Amino acid sequence: MIKTEHLTKRYDTLTAVEDVSFEVEPGEVLGFLGPNGAGKTTTMRMLAGFVAPTSGRASICGHDVATDPLAAKAALGYLPEGAPSYGEMTVRRFLGFIADLRALEGAHRRERLQHVIEHLQLGAVLEQTIDTLSKGFRRRVGLAQAIVHDPPVLILDEPTDGLDPNQKHEVRALINDMARDKIIVISTHILEEVDAVCSRAIIIARGRIVADDTPAGLAARSRYHNAVTMQLEQPAQLQTARTAVAALPAVERVEVSERDARLTALPQAGATILPAVSELAARTGLKLKELHLESGRLDEVFRTITA
Amino acid sequence: MRNVGIIMRRELASYFATPLAYVFILIFLMLANAFAFYLGGFYERGQADLDPFFTFHPWLYLFLIPAISMKLWAEERKSGSIELLMTQPVRLWDAVLGKFLAGWIFTALALALTFPLWITVNYLGHPDNGAIVAAYLGSLLLAGGFLAIGSCMSALTRNQVVAFILGVVVCFGFLLAGFPLVLDLFRGWLPQVVVDALASLSFLTHFDSIVKGVIDVRDLLYFAMLIAFFLLATAIALELRKDL
Repeated sequence: MIKTEHLTKRYDTLTAVEDVSFEVEPGEVLGFLGPNGAGKTTTMRMLAGFVAPTSGRASICGHDVATDPLAAKAALGYLPEGAPSYGEMTVRRFLGFIADLRALEGAHRRERLQHVIEHLQLGAVLEQTIDTLSKGFRRRVGLAQAIVHDPPVLILDEPTDGLDPNQKHEVRALINDMARDKIIVISTHILEEVDAVCSRAIIIARGRIVADDTPAGLAARSRYHNAVTMQLEQPAQLQTARTAVAALPAVERVEVSERDARLTALPQAGATILPAVSELAARTGLKLKELHLESGRLDEVFRTITA
Repeated sequence: MRNVGIIMRRELASYFATPLAYVFILIFLMLANAFAFYLGGFYERGQADLDPFFTFHPWLYLFLIPAISMKLWAEERKSGSIELLMTQPVRLWDAVLGKFLAGWIFTALALALTFPLWITVNYLGHPDNGAIVAAYLGSLLLAGGFLAIGSCMSALTRNQVVAFILGVVVCFGFLLAGFPLVLDLFRGWLPQVVVDALASLSFLTHFDSIVKGVIDVRDLLYFAMLIAFFLLATAIALELRKDL
């Protein structure tokens, strides 16, 4: 379990993180969201024992990060921001170095190294120095060192930053794969990632937690939650459709995108408008390319609560 | 202790990962011998000893040792790998010690490669080999002192050039601590006791007596405490601000 109590970090004049408290249970994948400079990395560094909090406490699996750092760090796999490593080392030597520090030995050491090399597809670059690797490979080397000792807790600072879509998919699959029996905290500003891997999301802005919810719960805060979007076959019908939809009882407002003949009806709070809209479309003979119910837009929620 | 060894081996290997190590050793050997022959008058003196060789070591180390130590921590800070290292289950002290030892072993290697001169002097005459062993030990201790200072300066910055310059300046201060150049700076406003204490911190006085073949416990203790002090200072500098 990860537990933080009133974690606060102040630099001379700047308060990077203020009064952050949360708990994460095994099986949870917590997404740490927030604008750049919101305090995500500082919070993660405090969890990992790299930065000492000004006040407050953090513990990993019951080991206080400040008073029992070695035990806390032993239970933790950590990918620092930007996946730093030793550029002059080959991938094989680097992973061997980390395995040594993690006190892996004998057959278990070989097995774990082989496991991470296979899962992160590092076989082809084992003898290359890390300096010569592409950004994607470096990130994977960083992930490999974080999981080589099979830790119960993983903290990954922007694990998919700089990866191409295929590599992102692989890393997310890897995280989902490990999610069952581990505690995983990832930070990201890619909102689709939250839907793809997280079971819970904390949004942090200006050093404070401003939302702590499931991805679905967050999406439900959106103005677009339960909104209905339709795309018309004939752009000429757009104005008529707009007037008709706007006249429906539970519709709060209508947004129109002329470019792709798209119309979005936003419901009044708590109302359901899909049946009424689809019935209207059938009744007035609107030709639809597409009609769907929105679950809410995370990016809009994100902007609203971090602005 | 296990981690000290692991970190030391990695650091030592990193010296040899670039041509820098070989260039350094080459320059060290060339300068050490050039000083001994041209400035020290190795032949002209007509004495079978290595005094002209060891006499210049402090001045050689003044520039070469900070070049070895400058990367120890500044590079870790610059590349961000310090965050990786400090979040492994490793004591800060293990890392400080491991890196220092790597630098020291590297220096010892360079020093050991001066052995042809030792063979030469034995071929030419009958030197006091006990005194030469003592002088090598003294030179190694001196290098250790310089390295510990360099390690501390490297921990203060993320810029290797700054680390190098700070290292040279502080080492220079310690080298000349017994000379008026440094003492006059303090004489005006510090009590005489403190000035005397400063004078006794000089590298040169302690080094000279060892080089003469006199191994005094006080000199050994001086270097041991100097190294311990600056390694401790390194650890404190890191602990205060890991995310520089």
